[in-house]
Amino acid sequence: MGMTLSEKILASHAELDRVRPGDTISVRVDQSYADDLGGPITFRILEENGVEEVFDPDRFFVAAMVSTPSRDIGIANTVTKLRNACRELGIERFYEGGNVGIHNSIAIEQGLVLPGELLAGGNSHACTGGGVGAFATGMGSTDVAAILITGRTWLRVPETIRYEYAGELRPWVTGKDLMLATIGRFGVDGAQGRTMEFAGDALASLPVEERFALPNMAVEAGAVNGIIEPDEQTLAYVEPRAQRAFEPLYGDADADYVAVHTIAADELEPTVAFPHLPSNTKPLSQAGRDLVDQVYIGSCTNGWIADMRAAAEVLDGQEVADGVRLIVIPSTTEVYKQCLREGIAETVVDAGGVFSTPTCGPCIGAHMGVLGDGMRSVSTSNRNFVGRQGSTNAEVYLVNPWIAAATAVLGHLGSPEEL
Amino acid sequence: MSASSGPDRLAGSAWRLGDHVNTDAIIPTRYLNTTEAAELGPHCFEGLDPTLAEKIAPGDIVVAGDNFGYGSSREHAPLAMLGLGISCVIARSFGGIFYRNAFNRGLPLLETDAVEGIETGDRLRVDLVTGELENERSGQRFASTPIPPFMRDIVNAGGLIPYVLAESSAG
Repeated sequence: MGMTLSEKILASHAELDRVRPGDTISVRVDQSYADDLGGPITFRILEENGVEEVFDPDRFFVAAMVSTPSRDIGIANTVTKLRNACRELGIERFYEGGNVGIHNSIAIEQGLVLPGELLAGGNSHACTGGGVGAFATGMGSTDVAAILITGRTWLRVPETIRYEYAGELRPWVTGKDLMLATIGRFGVDGAQGRTMEFAGDALASLPVEERFALPNMAVEAGAVNGIIEPDEQTLAYVEPRAQRAFEPLYGDADADYVAVHTIAADELEPTVAFPHLPSNTKPLSQAGRDLVDQVYIGSCTNGWIADMRAAAEVLDGQEVADGVRLIVIPSTTEVYKQCLREGIAETVVDAGGVFSTPTCGPCIGAHMGVLGDGMRSVSTSNRNFVGRQGSTNAEVYLVNPWIAAATAVLGHLGSPEEL
Repeated sequence: MSASSGPDRLAGSAWRLGDHVNTDAIIPTRYLNTTEAAELGPHCFEGLDPTLAEKIAPGDIVVAGDNFGYGSSREHAPLAMLGLGISCVIARSFGGIFYRNAFNRGLPLLETDAVEGIETGDRLRVDLVTGELENERSGQRFASTPIPPFMRDIVNAGGLIPYVLAESSAG
């Protein structure tokens, strides 16, 4: 019996010929990172333990992007501490201000997570990196501190579930909808402690960046990681960005999956996750016409240039509905600059929206669009828990960027077809 | 702080929570600009029930259903629970990142299917070494999954950071 792609990457990073699900292994980590939420704990641990040298400063970066440009005095002090800690430890990649971006997106865009590699990032959505064919997983601050010290971490080899998406996608259906529908069908613990491997002709037909929404939300199904085997499109995307040599790995034909699910992607509509779990999904045609107060297009799920272009295409020549606050935020500075070049920023502002420099603030209720009491948000991000984007009696609906932009214009849930 | 610093046998009152208690509910984002457990504690579970933190007493035990600690990687979640003095969490299952974070921070977690019979206010006895649990109200005794052997090595070293520092100086 062979190994899945995930198992092969784990075996190679454990310096073993093979691993089996359930094995506890020590693995080499190719890349890690921290932000202004978990980073302060990581660096405090290093300081308290007198750690003055890290394993490899080139394999780590910090993105202070949750609450920056600094929301308050506390964050300003936090960012200063993070910057100083990086200087002292020789960590040169620091993203804040004019080069800011969401770490989960930066890692992919800047070629810091590559096919066949192992990424363990200090954020639960570090699993996004699996979209290039890496084993990518999120960890807490103490685990990240241990990686900084040793360059390694320990993992229990997960069983792999394979999800095959078949058929041609309907209009306005995106990678985000494939994942929302999957979580809706299998639940928020449908892949608990396991690897989600995404495949199928419907997935292969998507542009590379649109595929990332699937591994991005693997953690919403309880998975350790999500992964997509690299194809020619992936390699063409990754090669010009790669910061180091890499060797793609592929699963064996006789690999052992704990389950294989086939999803008829051609039957899917744009999908809406209702409050307060990502699994609480309905097809758009059955979602009703709930009025909204705020629309947020961005995050490490849907802050790529394709998402920005989708929003602009819908918003072009339109006006945001009276009383709706539209906030559009690219996930990285590179995407932001591309939006300026293509006139996307102007289209958003002309339509009556807000266009901001990168931050993940609104997704997590930290900055730039926190929800007040009773407010309802339609968001392209990944979580809609109670209180996620602010007040504990606000509501968050999760959708793709086409639906989000149309909703901003209509003032209620809806599709670009209605404009 | 380490998993080995607490006593192996615990006794405390149960607080019964539901399924999929996520880390945003355990400690909302607006309180994350501190790394101090004592400052996080008073806001623990505010996203679930704002009155819970003031009712929970040091030594109390949280009992939950499936997927406790689902969601974000914020280590502030186990820190906030430790800040309240919660002595351990018993659940049917845990979110993967939370499981590691709690363990790394010395908050004991026990997995068992037997949480159904436990109600808020029940007095529980817990043996962290054997995984044996006793509900004093019902007199029921049941087993939970003990800590995996590899993780016990880390506990014995005094936590993950002392473990890796000892390993790297030995290597």
